[in-house]
Amino acid sequence: MANEAHSKAASAPGLWGWINKRLPVDAFWRSQASEYYAPKNFNFWYFFGSLALLVLVIQLVTGIFLAMFYKVGATTAFGSVEFIMREVDYGWLLRYLHSTGASAFFLVIYLHMFRAMLYGSYKAPRELLWLFGMFIYLTLMAEAFMGYVLPWGNMSFWAAQVIINLFGTIPVAGPALVEWIRGDYGIADATLNRFFSLHVVALPLVLLLLVALHLVALHEVGSNNPDGIEIKEKKNAKGQPLDGIPFHPYYTVKDLLGAGVFLTLFAIVVFFVPTLSDLFLEKANFEPANPLSTPDPISPSWYFTPYYAILRSVPDKATGALLMLVAVMAFFFLPWLDRSPVRSIRYRGWIYRAFLALFALSFLGLMYLGLQPAQGIYVTLSRIFAVPYFAFFLLMPIYSRMDRVKPLPDRVTFHA
Amino acid sequence: MRKSAIAILVLSLGAALPALVAAAAAEEGAAAPEVVHWESWRAGNTVTDLASLQRGAHNFMSYCNGCHSLQYERYQRMADDLKIPTTVLEAQLLPPASNHLDYITSAMPSEDAALWFGKAPPDLSLIARSKGTDYIYQFLKTFYVDPTRGSGSNNLAYPNTAMPAVLSSLEGVKEATFKTEGDEKVFQHFESTVPGTLTSAQYDDFVRDTVNFLDYVGEPVQAARRSMGKWVVAFLVLLTALSWLLKKEYWKDVH
Repeated sequence: MANEAHSKAASAPGLWGWINKRLPVDAFWRSQASEYYAPKNFNFWYFFGSLALLVLVIQLVTGIFLAMFYKVGATTAFGSVEFIMREVDYGWLLRYLHSTGASAFFLVIYLHMFRAMLYGSYKAPRELLWLFGMFIYLTLMAEAFMGYVLPWGNMSFWAAQVIINLFGTIPVAGPALVEWIRGDYGIADATLNRFFSLHVVALPLVLLLLVALHLVALHEVGSNNPDGIEIKEKKNAKGQPLDGIPFHPYYTVKDLLGAGVFLTLFAIVVFFVPTLSDLFLEKANFEPANPLSTPDPISPSWYFTPYYAILRSVPDKATGALLMLVAVMAFFFLPWLDRSPVRSIRYRGWIYRAFLALFALSFLGLMYLGLQPAQGIYVTLSRIFAVPYFAFFLLMPIYSRMDRVKPLPDRVTFHA
Repeated sequence: MRKSAIAILVLSLGAALPALVAAAAAEEGAAAPEVVHWESWRAGNTVTDLASLQRGAHNFMSYCNGCHSLQYERYQRMADDLKIPTTVLEAQLLPPASNHLDYITSAMPSEDAALWFGKAPPDLSLIARSKGTDYIYQFLKTFYVDPTRGSGSNNLAYPNTAMPAVLSSLEGVKEATFKTEGDEKVFQHFESTVPGTLTSAQYDDFVRDTVNFLDYVGEPVQAARRSMGKWVVAFLVLLTALSWLLKKEYWKDVH
């Protein structure tokens, strides 16, 4: 069909035909949008993929302009950020869009990932799609961390100190590795410069490549849906899925609505509460980096705190770092840990629902605890919350098979 | 000159101290005054109040700028944002030999300052953002006499601060009463020993205006940001409403 469409556009007269004879613009648009069929029963949870793409664009565009004024270097970085905030026309807007965008990115990515866990979107044949998504998540973590260091505030400095030192827990190679990453004997100008390079060149390139692969893989297998059944199994005479609708215009207009709601909330943060009471921009980061004064407590940005809480709940630093690594990497294995015959939570039994609910609760609990000082009840609670977190993954091969599932419907559930 | 006046004040206080302490102790037995919870004091400033900001700017230039700079704020920017006429700027706020476009620096060389105070007085451009307005308000209102300190004074919000009680000519001089609980000294209340030139309420206003000014300097664009935000959010709500109608129209034929 793509070939047929291709030849049709290519034989058209004028410039459109001339271009399409040389570049399959029309055919691409048809195969990827106007004749790409997506399930018609997407719900609220299906907004976050397109929103992640929107945030990526916001970050790239604002980032390009910020880099025009930002002056990398241990003696210039902090002042240049203030210069952007005060003297560059709409510099404050660029900066708040970018800093709010970082948090928004994680918010939509976490909701996007949770959607996959609700409806089993990682299960066959979408394992690679899930893996590309997870690599995007990992890259995003590195990108956000390095971006956080760039303003060279005191929290930037100490966050870099804590995170880079985690590599020091690796046996034998650790200390040398830490020095290699820093490029100096401490967090210094050299560290800042390489983080800038990685943040604005290397990691965005990796991100874009992974996003492209994620989308290609998605369009190859097609989207899952809240019922977790394949729409491709029921087709009409023309070979179109009965429960599918063309992505354009149906989902382009629907995603436009999602973008509208998202941007409204986003603008409320940017214009009225850009620091979101210390969550999006921390007070301690309005002080320049100072190796002699440690902020108390050192806490990473909210999107890292679930893992940070796990790290701190273990007295031995190396074990803590290992557990933290496992906590992040466990997501990669979901397609193979999940032995349920159904995808969607709608047709799973109470056991999976209970485990997923406990997991979500423990993730949020750890997120809160990671923002608190590492003492007393907070550490004890972190240990308690870490149990359902790891149990969700470790026991999944057992409980996902034990769970009593409901019969799958013939067609997707849709109420116009 | 201001500094020497304070030094005399502090020295004379030091001499009078033993008598004062005894008097305070005697009073404690008579009637237990209320415990002052200074930690709950709030600045309560309004960053859109131009008159307050102008007074705050004047306060800052008269009392703070001798030691503290605002290295990211230009005189002209301040005058523009606070609607200070050029004549007033030049007559009252701009130091001699300074240009309108200069950043608000301090005349005190930081090497000397470090020698005199133990550490150089910090730049205050971002103090309202890094410590918060309530903190500055509490800090400027909780200086008390402490002869064990080199400066002759101490502070509750920032214990053992290197900063002397430079506003005591306005606020007056305060003694602090502590109760010993275990091995901890718990603050009870202040006692004014030498009145200042301002009443307590006037001093509160003075501090509030100064904090307000520092709040503005922390993020000069904040008022403009909020007023622009209203229009942006209104536009986005409209856009969202339109896209909802568009979506509804298209999805009519999906059954």
